[in-house]
Formats: sequence, C-alpha cells, structure tokens
Amino acid sequence: MRFTRTSKALGIVAVAALALTGCGAGGGSNNGASQSGGDPNKIITAYNNEPQHPLLPANTNEAYGSHVVELLFEGLRTYDPSGKPVNALADSIESSDAQNWTIKVKQGTKFTNGEPVTAKSFVDSWNYAANSKSLQANGFFFESIAGYDDVSAVTTEKSADGKTTTTPAPKADTMSGLAAPDDSTITVKLSQPEADWSLRLGYSAYFPLPSAALADPKTYGENPVGNGPYKFAKTGAWVHDQSISLVKNADYSGPREAKNGGVTFKFYTDPGPAYTDLQSDNLDVTDVLPSNALKTYVTDFPDRNAAKPVATDATLNIPPYNPNFQGEAGKLRRQALSYAINREEITKVVFNGTRKPAQAFAPPVIEGFKGDLAGSEVLKFDPAKAKDLWAQAEKIKPYDGSKPLQIASNTDGGHKEWIDAVANGFKNNLGIQAEIQPFAKFAEVLNLRKSQSLPGLTRAGWQADYPSLYNFLGPVWATGASSNYEQYSNPEFDKLLKEGLAAKSTGDANDKFNKAQEILFKDLPGLPLWDYTVPIVWSNNVVKAETGWNGAILYYNITAK
Amino acid sequence: MVRYILRRLLQVIPVFLGTTLLVYYMVFALPGDPISALFGDRQPPQSVIDTLRSQYHLDQPFWVQYGIFLQNLFTFNLGNDFTGQPIAATLARVFPVTAMLAVEALIIQAVFGVAFGVFAGLRRGSWFDSTVLVASLVVIAVPTFVLGFVFQLVFGVQLGWAKPTVGANADWGNLLLPAVVLGLVSFAYVLRLTRASVSESMNADYVRTATAKGLSRPRVVLAHILRNSLIPVVTYLGANLGGLMGGAIVTEGIFNVPGVGNKLYQAVLRSEGPTIVSIVSVLVLVFVVANLIVDLLYAWLDPRIRYDQ
Repeated sequence: MRFTRTSKALGIVAVAALALTGCGAGGGSNNGASQSGGDPNKIITAYNNEPQHPLLPANTNEAYGSHVVELLFEGLRTYDPSGKPVNALADSIESSDAQNWTIKVKQGTKFTNGEPVTAKSFVDSWNYAANSKSLQANGFFFESIAGYDDVSAVTTEKSADGKTTTTPAPKADTMSGLAAPDDSTITVKLSQPEADWSLRLGYSAYFPLPSAALADPKTYGENPVGNGPYKFAKTGAWVHDQSISLVKNADYSGPREAKNGGVTFKFYTDPGPAYTDLQSDNLDVTDVLPSNALKTYVTDFPDRNAAKPVATDATLNIPPYNPNFQGEAGKLRRQALSYAINREEITKVVFNGTRKPAQAFAPPVIEGFKGDLAGSEVLKFDPAKAKDLWAQAEKIKPYDGSKPLQIASNTDGGHKEWIDAVANGFKNNLGIQAEIQPFAKFAEVLNLRKSQSLPGLTRAGWQADYPSLYNFLGPVWATGASSNYEQYSNPEFDKLLKEGLAAKSTGDANDKFNKAQEILFKDLPGLPLWDYTVPIVWSNNVVKAETGWNGAILYYNITAK
Repeated sequence: MVRYILRRLLQVIPVFLGTTLLVYYMVFALPGDPISALFGDRQPPQSVIDTLRSQYHLDQPFWVQYGIFLQNLFTFNLGNDFTGQPIAATLARVFPVTAMLAVEALIIQAVFGVAFGVFAGLRRGSWFDSTVLVASLVVIAVPTFVLGFVFQLVFGVQLGWAKPTVGANADWGNLLLPAVVLGLVSFAYVLRLTRASVSESMNADYVRTATAKGLSRPRVVLAHILRNSLIPVVTYLGANLGGLMGGAIVTEGIFNVPGVGNKLYQAVLRSEGPTIVSIVSVLVLVFVVANLIVDLLYAWLDPRIRYDQ
C-alpha cells in the first residue's frame, strides 16, 4: 500500500483537528519499554517482508530473503562493515597463478543439526547450486569454475511460432574443477585466471548446505538449518506473510557473533506502518523508510538515525540501437545529455540528500574506486557545454525530434520525480522534448529492455553482489553479460576486463578495471547518475544500528538497551 | 424453503464461473512476465525462468490456463503461488484473520449503529439526535485512510492505548483498532438507516395499537418498532459483510494486518493470477452466502414474506 504525501498530510491535519476539538487529549509517548542496561539476551525486531523463495542461499537474490539467509549461514569468508573481505570458515585461501586455488577449511564447526561443516559440504553445495536442474537463481555465480558449462548446460528449442524455450540439460553432476581431497581442503580450478575470484567467497551463493538440504531442498528451505550466528527459533519459525524468528546460535564463533539474543523479522507490505511502529517502539530497526519520511526522519528520530553510502548506483542507459545516438553525432549527444543533468541539485532536492552524485561507474565504497578518471568530467553539470556539443552533433547529423525522448521506468518506486527533473534538464538545456515513459511494473520495462525495443532511454540500477570493482563492470557492460540488456559491446573494454581478471594482485586488477571505466566514459553507453545511501532509523529499545557495505543492516551488531 | 435455498445455491455456479473467468482474464492481460519480475534487476539464467514459466503453465494460452485452474479447483488442489507456497495454506491463513476483523467491525457497527439509531429515532429533533446526525455525517465524509492514520497516530502512537499495527499477533484485542476504523463508515450508515425507519414506524398504526392496548414502553420499542425497523438494516449489514471482507485492503494496509486485503494487494503487485482468483472465489462465496442469510432473515423478521409458492 502506498500512500501519497498528500494523504499523510491530510492525516496529520485531521489529527490536529481532533486535538483542537478535544478528542485527542493527552500526549507524550507511552512506550512501556524498560530502560535497563545492555542486555545480550534480548530479542530485537526488524523490518522485513515475505522472502520470495524458500530459504536456500543460492536461490536468494532479493533483499527480504538475503536478510535472513545472511544470518543463518557462514561462508568461507565474510565482509566487515566497510566491505573488506575477511576469512570466516577459511583458514587460508591461496593461489600462485590466480587460476588454481587451494582453500583450507576450518575444522570442528558444525551446522545446528550437529552435522560437521567440511570441505565436502562446500563442494556438494556448490555443485548443487551450479546444476541447471536445481533452478537456483544465483547458480551462475560459479561460472568461473572449470566444468561449470557442463553442469549448467541447457537445451534451447524453437517452437513453430518462433518462440524459444530453454530447458535444463546438465551434462555432468559435478564441476570438474572442484574437488575436496580431504575434509579440510577444497581445490578449485578456474577456467581462466581471475585475480579477484576469492573476493566473492563471502557472497551468499557460496554458503555451505547440510546434506539434508540437498536431499530435499524444498522442505529444507522452509526450515533451513545453517551454521551462522543465528538459527531458526523453532521448526516453523517462518510464519508466512507474518514473521521469521531467529535466535542466537550459541555454538557459533566467528567474526559476526550475535550481540543480542535473537532477531525477529516482522513482515510489512508497506514501510508506512513500520515507520509508525518505530515511532512507538514497537519495532526496533528498519532500512526502508516511506518516501514521505525522507524529509522528516532526522527530526523524527534525533540521534537514532544513520545514512551510510552503499554499493548501489543508478545509471541512465542509452541503447546503442537508437539511431539518434549512433555514430560520431550520437557520441556527442550522449555527452551533451550527461552535461545537461544537474546531479547535485537532483540528489539534494528530489532525494533529500539520500543519494550522492556519481563520480564513476562504481560507487566510492568499493575498493579500487577512483573519482578522477579520464572522461569523468562529463558528470559535471555544464549547460553551456551541453548546448555546444549538441550543436556540433546537429552539424554532423540532424536529430530526429519527431517524437519526444522517452525515459522508460516503472513508476512505483518513486522514480517519476527524478525522471521529470532529468527530462526538464534536457528540455531546458538542449531544447529537445523529453518525458518519462511510465510503466506500472518493473517487469514491463525489463521486457522492453530484454527484447531490445526501447523507444528511448531507460533507467538502470546496480547493486553489488560482492564488494569488487569488477562486479560493477563485468555483469553490466561486458559483451553478452547477463545484465547487459542494451547489448553494449566494445572489444577493447572486454579485453581490459579480462586482463584485470588475470592480474596477479587486486591492485593491478583494479588499475585495469579503472582503465576499462575510462573506455565507458568515452562511449557513455549509460550515464552514471548517483550512488545510494541507505537511511536507517532505530527505536529507543536498542543502542545503535548500522548498515554494512551493501546497505544491509548488521543485525548481529545491535545491542538491546 | 429447502427448494428455495437449493435454487439460490445453484445460482452460485454461473456467478462463480463468470467472476473467476473475468478476474482470471484481467490478471492474464496484465503486461510483463511475473516470473522475471520475481527476480528484479538481477535476472537468473533463461532456463530458470522458462522452467518456472512452464511449471506454472504461464507458457500456455489463456483458455488452457483457466481450464487448469478450474480443474485444480474441483479437485481441491489450488496449487502453489510463484513463491512456492501452497495457495490453500495461504487462504487458510489469511481468511480467519480478515473474518475476525470483519466480524468485529460488523458487531461494532451493528450494536452501536442500531443502539444510537434507535435512541436518535425515538427522540427525533432532540439535541442527541442532532449531534449524532452531524457526527455521522462527518464520519461518512472522512475517507477511511484518513480515519486510519488518525486513529493509529492518536491511539497507537500518542496515547499508546493499542498497538499501532497488528502484524503477527492478530487476536480480537489487537484487531479492535482496525475494526473500529473499518466499521466506522458503515456504522454511520446503519445509524442513519435505523433512525429513519424507527422514526417512520413510530407513527405506524400497529405501534399506536400496541401502545393503546397498554404494552410497556420497552416492549413496544423492542418487539414492535425495532423488529419492523430492522429489515432495511439487516439487508445493509448482510451486503456489507462481503464488502468488509474484500474492502479491507486500505485498513489492513495501514494497520499491517496479515489478512485477505494485504495478500490480495501483494498478489496483484506480483501478477499472481491463481492467488488472486482463489481469494476472489472465496469472497464471491462469502457474498452469496451472506446475501442468502439476509434473505432468510427477512422471513424471520417479517412473517408476511414467503419464499415457497
């Protein structure tokens, strides 16, 4: 349920009216919370919603499920609050050539059902996740491992009416490059060298599963048994559409030890009621604020709010198949569009400072980020330059302005306001007609993007899966990449990415990736817009809350008062 | 009587087929692929999407999809929604919550609406009558979501008399606040209906006769005035029960009640055809049964009404 700002305002006016007529007498909040000192056994409550899939780590790619899965499992590595990977269940991760890796697994840790976590647990879980028959949404995370192609093989059939259907048809059950010679050793052979491969080992797709999970994933996903800082409070702790209750796993020892007795995720279909609950201390922490609270949350929750930058960014993509933006004239026009966007003002006025103007194709929280790459001056607002570039393009090839330039977006995520602002920038500074191409649902935009039939531009966003520069470039802009829907392709860019992956150290790799970004700045297949911060608020019942590098609240770090 | 009931129940079949067909078609016509929407920005391999699409028969033409739905319905197997949850279990979870909410709202509006209406009708033109009339007008004029936010802020946040949201603890006590909000608008209508028909029957011959033959005032009011005045009120309440169950989307949203309205809203967002149609089917049944009960109540309230020829 989404209520407009007006409706909330109406509500407040009506409250005032009631108070004036004496119906709403009384005042002061009555929260009934005891104000005792730090209590490590107290359960905290957190905002969430119904996970969209059974809780299997490799099938969880949306926020609601991730919040839970991240607490239930522990992988070989984990990320500290700043996004730096640290070893968790791995004693050591070594490779001399960035292609053959040896991982030593810590011994003596157990799943909460008593089953020991061994090298085999990892290998079996990874083979399961990569198998195309398992239908795991994040199965492609294992694509670097030798033998992935066989395990994930599919067949594509074309029916009489031209529709293609892809069905799983694995040619092998296990990846040839993956082995567990003994309980404490995993050996991995990648199909090509990848310097930053070990960075991704903290991502949820790489979590180990107990053998029961592989035998019956569906039943297991309802009552998952993990090895993380928390466990299900009881069988059936997931009450659908209502809540999931986790309690501290006393047997866990590692970098993410729980500082509270448990986390109960309460489900809300709308952030509005959650905000109200927080105001009356009926909920302890939320990372989703209703859009009308973005202006007021700092005053509503003085000393109980935070907004940290996270690894999520937004771009405005310009499809290479759009005739207006092809060739030399197209290049000049793409630059002109970028110069015509006042990122500073939009992030301040429309987003109330919860976004920061982009400085590159990746946000600053990512290691290896550089804010002064060659070509990044196009991100500055410069109407004169924009006009000038547009005029130059006109001399080469006139702009087809028979239809307004449309920016495709779903309108349900608060996108309309900023797109209107961007379109106005185009109108005022370039003299072209521009407007939002509104869709009720994100899926409709996706359909157009996948079928290469956008009439104009589209908004796009990227949230990092693991903190690496490559993750902002490879999956989005490499030729044929899974999320490169506009099918941008530049062999030089692909080559630099490949060289970066093959580099011996992360430093060398990031140099190559930044070189690759400079190519993106030349081509501008998309215009970087802004990077996200995640504003959060917490109740009087807890001391403090903070978000990690990816914007997820570090629930394990919250202490109750 | 039995024949009448049977005939009425048989009428359910075309109503049921018509509504499900219509709703199913509307969901079918929604643009965008719900399976790929399930995954958001980060799309899984096409084989995952295609396999899921064929599992849920989304690759079939409309008539086949609808046929499968009907077939499942008659074998009492509603199948799974796109998140893999059995729809039957979802219905069994959300309907009791909303039923509690609706019944609580219905009791509130029936008890208070009739009581206030009778008093106002008996003392037509008094200050009580005028106050009640103006107050009910205000309640009718203010939209439900405004009432919802006001009650939530005043009683939930500022006074702390009730929890501002319901969430997982849906019991009679926690549902009281949303039930009041939900029942308030119809409460005003019930009040006005009762008041009008009470003041009308005050002047009826049978009331004058009853008073003349020396019956006590309470007996005249309860047995003669009230019973005869209740016919339009009962019609309204009966028709309203279905409305309360299906129309609680706004109230359930504000108070985060895990009931039918919230589920329906989410199912619409996710284009979950089978879930939407299953919920609507049950709502249709509720409507039909509620209307049947209303018709039967007529005969009890007014013995002149006979259904069997």
